[in-house]
Amino acid sequence: MSVRHALLALLSEGPKYGLQLRQEFEAGTGEVWPLNVGQVYMTLQRLERDGLVESEAGAEEGPQKSYRLSGAGHDELVSWLGPPPDTGVPPRDELVIKVLVALRVPGVDVVELVQAHRRRLVETMQHFTALKADTDEGDVGLLLVADAEIFRLDAVIRWLDSAEARLRHGVDLRFPSVPLSPAARRRRRQSQDQGQDQGARR
Amino acid sequence: MLELRQVSKTYGEEATLVQAVVDVDLVVGPGELVAVMGPSGSGKSTLLTIAGTLEEPTSGSVLIAGRDVAELTRNDRARLRRRSIGYVFQSFNLLAGLTAVENVALPLELDGTRAGAAQRLARAALERLGLGDRARHYPDQLSGGESQRVAIARAIVGERRLLLADEPTGALDSTNGESVMRMLRAACRDGIAGVVVTHDAQLASWADRVVFMRDGRVVDRTPPRAGVESLLGPGTRS
Repeated sequence: MSVRHALLALLSEGPKYGLQLRQEFEAGTGEVWPLNVGQVYMTLQRLERDGLVESEAGAEEGPQKSYRLSGAGHDELVSWLGPPPDTGVPPRDELVIKVLVALRVPGVDVVELVQAHRRRLVETMQHFTALKADTDEGDVGLLLVADAEIFRLDAVIRWLDSAEARLRHGVDLRFPSVPLSPAARRRRRQSQDQGQDQGARR
Repeated sequence: MLELRQVSKTYGEEATLVQAVVDVDLVVGPGELVAVMGPSGSGKSTLLTIAGTLEEPTSGSVLIAGRDVAELTRNDRARLRRRSIGYVFQSFNLLAGLTAVENVALPLELDGTRAGAAQRLARAALERLGLGDRARHYPDQLSGGESQRVAIARAIVGERRLLLADEPTGALDSTNGESVMRMLRAACRDGIAGVVVTHDAQLASWADRVVFMRDGRVVDRTPPRAGVESLLGPGTRS
């Protein structure tokens, strides 16, 4: 989440104070991404240094200082919205690593481990679904944030489902069939031949 | 409201024996929505048909509103099914020759409610689900989302106390699926006990509690939500 661009977006609606920006950011994201005041002021100072926002001339630093978007800030915001975020490199997902590592640790029941993670993810998803259920349909920003978290968690749970299916299938692989003795091979060949004969007669 | 005690179900014999459900305990109180989540073949749908008295368990007992279903006569059980239990399936199962309001009124009329009264109750149920203006439409004139909402109205009309749903959003897109789950949740908040079985975590996350099944057994559960727990009081569930 780019705090920098979120602040530019909020200022595109008109001049605002630092404290107001923080409140609007948190309200718009359902307090999913808490933001401290220090982060807001530091970001605003950098945006001002880069000429993307302008503050009231002569005003003191603090909650009453007002900021507005500059022309360059508007151009920066618009040019940031279009290009897709970098998805070329997969993130190093801690959960994937945990399951991979668990496969190598003796005595760990990986299917049970997968289930424990699935339960925790579903619990987190319940939290966001409850947030969504209690949110007014007009609060689109909050609903979008809740949806994004729910879809993200859903993707991880689906991965766990498919991992579990693979691992359970793998149980058979751990017990490879014992090679047949020469006598058993002979018996099997005879019964196959008989089967073909009967098939040919039909 | 619904209590399953050590419920097991087996099919076949000896070499072909299949244990579909094994020693399941589950309590669902009024006002509570519980999701049973598991992959296909985990026994969750069988559990739902047993909870709905459509099938008998091989062992264990099913109690609905405190009464052991096994001790009811066939007629009493059929009456319980018609009067107290509502079902919602993935394929909406509406009767094509009846309008929305007639579909919703049908279970009441079968149970002896006079046609006029049944239609009034059916219309009220449809209005609660935002379908007042669709009452005279036939199923083929309704969208998928509307059809499932009619099916929910049919499942909660009258004095229903238990709502059982099997993958109710499986045939719907995410927006319609969400509105169906909002309605199921709202119906439960009004005092109905609800059980929804699904493989879909998004759907399950609408429930107050999630029970996970694998190979016929309950293998895990999420803790109950504080709100529901305090509503029902401690020690009322398994």
